Amino acid sequence: MTRAKAPLVDAFLSALIALGLFAPMVGLVTMVGPHGITLTARPRAVLALVAAVFVGRLALRLWQAQRRLVPAAPGRFAITFLAAARYIGPVLLAVALVLPALVGRARLDLGVLVLTYVMLGWGLNIVVGLAGLLDLGYVAFYAVGAYSYALIAEASGLGFWSCLPVAGLLAALWGVTLGFPVLRLRGDYLAIVTLAFGEIIRIVLLNWVSLTNGPNGISGIPRPTLFGLRFTAGDGPGTFAGFFHLAPSPTQRVVFLYYVILGLALLTNWVTIRLRRQPLGRVWEALREDEIACRSLGINVTTTKLTAFAVGAFFGGIAGAFFATRQGFISPESFTFMESATVLAIVVLGGMGSQLGVVLAAVVMIGGPELFRPLADDRMLIFGLALVVMMVLRPRGLISVRTPSIALGKATVISADFVTEGHG
Amino acid sequence: MNPPAPAPLLEVVDLTMRFGGLKAIDQLSFVARRGEITAVIGPNGAGKTTAFNCITGFYRPSSGALRLTHADGRIFQLERLPGHRIARRAGVARTFQNIRLFAGMTVLENLLVAQHAPLMAATGFGVLGVLGLGGYAAAERRAIAKARAWLERIDLMARADAPAGALPYGAQRRLEIARAMCTDPVLLCLDEPAAGLNPRESEELNTLLLRIRDDGCSLLLIEHDMGVVMRISDHIIVLDHGRKISDGTPAEVRADPHVIAAYLGEGDEGIEQETESVA
Repeated sequence: MTRAKAPLVDAFLSALIALGLFAPMVGLVTMVGPHGITLTARPRAVLALVAAVFVGRLALRLWQAQRRLVPAAPGRFAITFLAAARYIGPVLLAVALVLPALVGRARLDLGVLVLTYVMLGWGLNIVVGLAGLLDLGYVAFYAVGAYSYALIAEASGLGFWSCLPVAGLLAALWGVTLGFPVLRLRGDYLAIVTLAFGEIIRIVLLNWVSLTNGPNGISGIPRPTLFGLRFTAGDGPGTFAGFFHLAPSPTQRVVFLYYVILGLALLTNWVTIRLRRQPLGRVWEALREDEIACRSLGINVTTTKLTAFAVGAFFGGIAGAFFATRQGFISPESFTFMESATVLAIVVLGGMGSQLGVVLAAVVMIGGPELFRPLADDRMLIFGLALVVMMVLRPRGLISVRTPSIALGKATVISADFVTEGHG
Repeated sequence: MNPPAPAPLLEVVDLTMRFGGLKAIDQLSFVARRGEITAVIGPNGAGKTTAFNCITGFYRPSSGALRLTHADGRIFQLERLPGHRIARRAGVARTFQNIRLFAGMTVLENLLVAQHAPLMAATGFGVLGVLGLGGYAAAERRAIAKARAWLERIDLMARADAPAGALPYGAQRRLEIARAMCTDPVLLCLDEPAAGLNPRESEELNTLLLRIRDDGCSLLLIEHDMGVVMRISDHIIVLDHGRKISDGTPAEVRADPHVIAAYLGEGDEGIEQETESVA
């Protein structure tokens, strides 16, 4: 009896809320007439909307009730998807490798942007997805990497490739410095403090004018070279075009940048996949599952968390250095909280801990809004709608199953019902 | 069968644990001897789990000493060691009253995480492992062999690749014990291992615990199931309101009027009567 009544009551309440909202917003229209502004009522429109909400809500509740009867075993969708995922990965990689031959320069530039976020997502995935530490200030490492490269290159005259590891290591060092006091906190508190650290970095960059040039940023950051060959508008000696006797074209540099970031992102992925199958990665996941149990097994929780922070920060720093060299100009404006939020959204949307999920989510989150730019403001509406649909249908992300890191027999995926999301 | 007085393994001396104004444990002293199963029993709220948390480093005692002596003569002052060192260096492993497995990881992964320290050393702290250098492959083979041995023993070989959270309750209990044993402890502390087990599972648990003892690991256990306690314990300590009220063999403890009074909740005047009725 109550089971049948509950959806009805719920639908009725939703309709009531809809009535309250739509009655003033839709029901009353101001019309500019000959005698000034008049108020016209539109009861039918309100009635139609309220009825739509009632029916829609009722249908949703009934559908959910239907779904609940199905046992919560690993979703069929997830299993088929994972079977397909074995092919999706290589296919995506193949597409990524030949993309420069397929698309024009503008699209390729978008590809570079997406890949930067894929790399950031993979880096953050180590911290959030594997170790379960909610980091809202990942952009700090991105900024440290970018500024490290820009400042070191400016001061020492070293090239991109020599500075790259230094930028990564400095970011990792910052990760450890930040992590040391912060990792005593858990869950929401950790999130708040990391958020604050991200902002601190940005504000320091903004105000330390003598070092960072403040809000004016740093320009003239050296571009990367291919074994010493520069990509310039001319074809003089020492340039890529000149060496290979090609007509100089700005596309060459974009293609080069594209392959650089593809390589860096794949390096991140490779290291993560390797680490996951090793004690360090396994213990990160164990930490996400149960910190107290880890302690009882003699695992030093603090250093383990620090390694996750440091490795994540390292790749964030590398991505930052790449960003600096690609743009040729950086300012604190590029490192706002929005960046942290976007990268975190990529990780969460992809399914925490899933490498492939990050790629799909980055393509959707970064590529989507750019591709749908002709739709103008509607694209944000579509984007929001897509997120809501995701929350209802796949609350644990696109790929919510966990693949075991080791197996005696045939490895089977683990349903998200068992996997903890981590509380810092 | 045992020698008359086995060497003490864990000596608890005047252990006191205060939470604000509340004394959860008051001047508790006892000895757990090597090669024995020592049980700590007592009514709810007697301070058993608190004592456990002090021994395993989850709480820092307000005062008192916890001295663990290894067979080779090394002495560890547990009250001064950080939590993870107690498990790794001193060799004290534990299980939890509410099972704490890594639910989203497979049974095998659970057992490998327990062997983190030797495995991690073999990867050259992560760096060599990523590059595929060093003796990691061999170390991993050894770890898997050890995990297999434990899986056979707790009868979970067939579920090795299943997520730990999907196991039935009794199997989760056994897995938690196996996971603790994979850290190679000298003292295994079990917090109510028989809670929620049916009689058959409880019987299997007894066999497992006795076997662990016979293999050379001493046990300290908190238990409510008197069937388990009386059958397998070599030595029983009874706590009530944070104090030790009895200490001895199962037979001695069973006959102790204080214990009966504590469990049946009688006043002091009842003790004499109980003594008479027991006698």
